Amino acid sequence: MSIKVENLTKEFDGRKVLNNISFTVESGEVLSIVGFSGSGKSTILKILCGLLNADSGNINIDDGDVAMVFQYSALFDSLNVFDNISFALQERKEFKNKYTKEELKEIVAKSLQTVGLSGIEDKFPHELSGGMQKRVSLARAIVTKPQFILYDEPTAGLDPIASTVIEDYILRLRDETKATSIVVTHQMSTIQRCSDKVIMLYDGNIVFRGTPAELLKQDTPYTKQFVSASIEGPMKIAANSF
Amino acid sequence: MARLRLYLKQTITYNVAVMFLKHVKEFLETFGNIAFQFVQVLRYIFTFQISIKQLMEQASRFAVDSLPITLSIVSMTSIILAMQIAPEMVKQGGKDYIGLLVSLTMIREVGVIMSGFAIISMIGSSQASELATMKVTEQIDAMKVLKVSPFKYLFLPRVLAGFIMMPFVVIIASTVGILAGGLTAMMAAKDVTWLCYITSVWQGLYIRDINIMLLKSACFGGCISLISSSCGYEAKGGAKGVGLATTKAVVWSFVSIVIIDCIFAVAFYF
Repeated sequence: MSIKVENLTKEFDGRKVLNNISFTVESGEVLSIVGFSGSGKSTILKILCGLLNADSGNINIDDGDVAMVFQYSALFDSLNVFDNISFALQERKEFKNKYTKEELKEIVAKSLQTVGLSGIEDKFPHELSGGMQKRVSLARAIVTKPQFILYDEPTAGLDPIASTVIEDYILRLRDETKATSIVVTHQMSTIQRCSDKVIMLYDGNIVFRGTPAELLKQDTPYTKQFVSASIEGPMKIAANSF
Repeated sequence: MARLRLYLKQTITYNVAVMFLKHVKEFLETFGNIAFQFVQVLRYIFTFQISIKQLMEQASRFAVDSLPITLSIVSMTSIILAMQIAPEMVKQGGKDYIGLLVSLTMIREVGVIMSGFAIISMIGSSQASELATMKVTEQIDAMKVLKVSPFKYLFLPRVLAGFIMMPFVVIIASTVGILAGGLTAMMAAKDVTWLCYITSVWQGLYIRDINIMLLKSACFGGCISLISSSCGYEAKGGAKGVGLATTKAVVWSFVSIVIIDCIFAVAFYF
């Protein structure tokens, strides 16, 4: 269950956001993609899950379901937690009418239990905190037992403790579901705790690839600048990119 | 050559032409999107992939929620019409034709078009802003990742609900409008009686007109829902994008129903 990306290129309004990007994520691995805002991290995820088309390049994803956890959870605000989590099971062609109401309740309860939230099935997204919304979003992503999980800044906007909780669940899901995962993040703790491999993007190119430990060594000017969060360095941030 | 190009770019004609072409491009894009989404909706209708639960929810929202405002607008229009024509008609010796005039106006034109305007402001704008918000908050993207078609889940029930429920709304609104017109005519002109008014109404009611009204209102309903959903679905950006999408939905819906109305008038009464 691996993901192989070769020479991926994507342009927006004449600006090359991804320039011949290639990487591989092996089965059960967690790859973190880091880089400044606007460096094309989320674009890679959107291409992988089919929301965007690449201009050129090859993507080989082994047969399996791809789930995505969105930056701001993207829960359906007109549906309660139960309907949000069971949405795919109720509406997707291959699952429709496969489960009885009782079975759905059981599956949703189990998913919520996995992310440490039980008994909130009747609540609506606006009644939940940011961290809880993220966990419901995780529960929604795993309900179809996906082989690939993509996380778009899963800890964005959360306090450090809530971020740690989310990181714990990413690890737990990796261990329980054996899913191959890609995490787009800025947070060093997420990179260190959750990832097996890291790639860093800048100006549409991969400027670093290695392990979290290699990133922390700050051997290259890019990693040094990123880890020390310095303005000085080879990576220049355009004023309109953040 | 470069200087000439620079000079041309500074002229008003050039800027007006660029602006015009930009609007034409935008128009064609919107029209193309609506047409594409209409085809998607038809695909799901003809393959019977309709969620009854969703359809009932949207139908209830379309008809029940919009009824108070639709009834108010159509009744007020009818009252204003009756108030102004009743005394004049009585003066001219045409008191037996007041009901005919009111019912003909209601059934052929005012009932449908005023209901359409009310539905656009009440339902169309809400559909557009709902879908636009879903778009800018990535809820539609989440739906796609979960492999549920937004056309099937969002568009189909709305368009179908509009197509099915609009005739009911128009029938109720026009009936109330005709009755309100009668009461007003009796108050505005002393010689007009209820019996005289109702007899005159029957003279002005034709089955053909009612059939055309039903067909036209169904087209209005489907069209309003389709355009509103489409404009919402194509929204970009944040809060500003939601606002622009809603405005676009309202403007396009208004213009579209007037064009459809015109087509019906030419096709059936010209």
